Amino acid sequence: MRTLLLLAALLPAVLSADDGFKVAVASNFSETARKLARDFSEYYNNGTLRLSYGSTGKLYAQIINGAPFDVFLSADAERPRLLEESGHAVPGTRATYATGSLVLWSRDERLRGRNCREVLQRGDYNRLAIANPETAPYGEAALQFLLAEGLWQDASRRVVYGENILQTLNFAATGNATLAFVAASLMSNRGLPSTVCMSRVPQSSHAALDQQLVLLRRAADNEAANSFVEYLRSDRAAAIIERDGYTVVR
Amino acid sequence: MEILGPLWLSVQLALVTTFVLFLIGTPVAWWLSRTAVRWKPAVQAIVAMPIVLPPTVMGFYLLVLLGPYGAIGGWWFELTGSTLTFSFAGLVIASCIYSLPFAVQPMQNAFESLPRQMLEFAWTQGASKRDAFFSVAVPMSSRGFVTAAVLSFAHTLGEFGVVLMVGGNIPGETRVVSIAIYDQVESLQYGAAHQMSLLLLAFAFTVLLGMYLVNRRWSPE
Repeated sequence: MRTLLLLAALLPAVLSADDGFKVAVASNFSETARKLARDFSEYYNNGTLRLSYGSTGKLYAQIINGAPFDVFLSADAERPRLLEESGHAVPGTRATYATGSLVLWSRDERLRGRNCREVLQRGDYNRLAIANPETAPYGEAALQFLLAEGLWQDASRRVVYGENILQTLNFAATGNATLAFVAASLMSNRGLPSTVCMSRVPQSSHAALDQQLVLLRRAADNEAANSFVEYLRSDRAAAIIERDGYTVVR
Repeated sequence: MEILGPLWLSVQLALVTTFVLFLIGTPVAWWLSRTAVRWKPAVQAIVAMPIVLPPTVMGFYLLVLLGPYGAIGGWWFELTGSTLTFSFAGLVIASCIYSLPFAVQPMQNAFESLPRQMLEFAWTQGASKRDAFFSVAVPMSSRGFVTAAVLSFAHTLGEFGVVLMVGGNIPGETRVVSIAIYDQVESLQYGAAHQMSLLLLAFAFTVLLGMYLVNRRWSPE
């Protein structure tokens, strides 16, 4: 009985022994976030951080329903703003950490030597994968581009929706979709099959993909989480982010 | 209501899957209940695997297998010019694998509990094996069939992970009800998510209650 009591007394200590913090990361930024996390841990040696990935919409829904995240790296500016307004985030911590861009990508050998965008315009594809525009900003941008180009009517009959941008890339990487609109940053992914065609989507053809971060309420006094947010806005972090295909306003 | 489309799609998928599983599952269950071959446990294990495998494992293999570079998908692509993934047909294949144990196991149990003398009697009376099966085994195993049908149907209706991975969320084709609810939750439309979820909750309870009531009435005692 005494052992049991002792165990019960120790349990909370064991559970809270980890003084690290948790970061919710929009899927498009997952690869870059891993690099940043490694750099941060090596350089600052300040607590352990754990990364969770998902679509911006899903992470947002989890946060407002009490998910234990300390920092949110969103793929848009809208959700961080909403979190700030609803009191889920620490006011004044919201900042743009990267601006993304969109590419149209394929690995389909039959498109060898062709321009991805021209393939899209001519409709020479089977399936086009985009992220769900309702929940993923890169999907929303892809939809805006298709609408602006007058291609949506044709594309809408052949579009498939990825739950997040990584799944969208997956659909094309496995060849199940001929083309996919994905984040340019994902092109540095090591597991990516060799590119057959890739077209950059002009940033002027869709709303800016400004990605904002925010420190969440529960981490207001978490020193490590605070220093990570600070680190993300440093030149050192900016260099890593830029290397992965994002633009950073310094 | 925009949620009725996905619900109807789920019901269609579940109906087709249940039908296909009856065609495939009955002979498998019958064979399993009669055979004494040494590798029977291996077949049983294969049939039961979808119960323990994470949907992600099935989703991953199906994505590769049904895709244009996969064995099945490649052949289908040659034939039709479209991929099996992101299509209703693809979902039927996925669902049949996913729900296979829920069709085979109840039928196998029912067949195994048939008194051997009944079949032997039918054979001695000159009934062919096929006649004996349809006029003796099937009616006497109706309880197993009902359970198999209800479980296959309900389990397919509850499918989520596999569809998420190979469906592509296409309205009217692969956006089944579980995916629609997931979307609604993600985009914070809790009202719609509540409506649909409550409907499914009531449906699941009613179906299972109905099955247990029917089975009780048919029980031998």
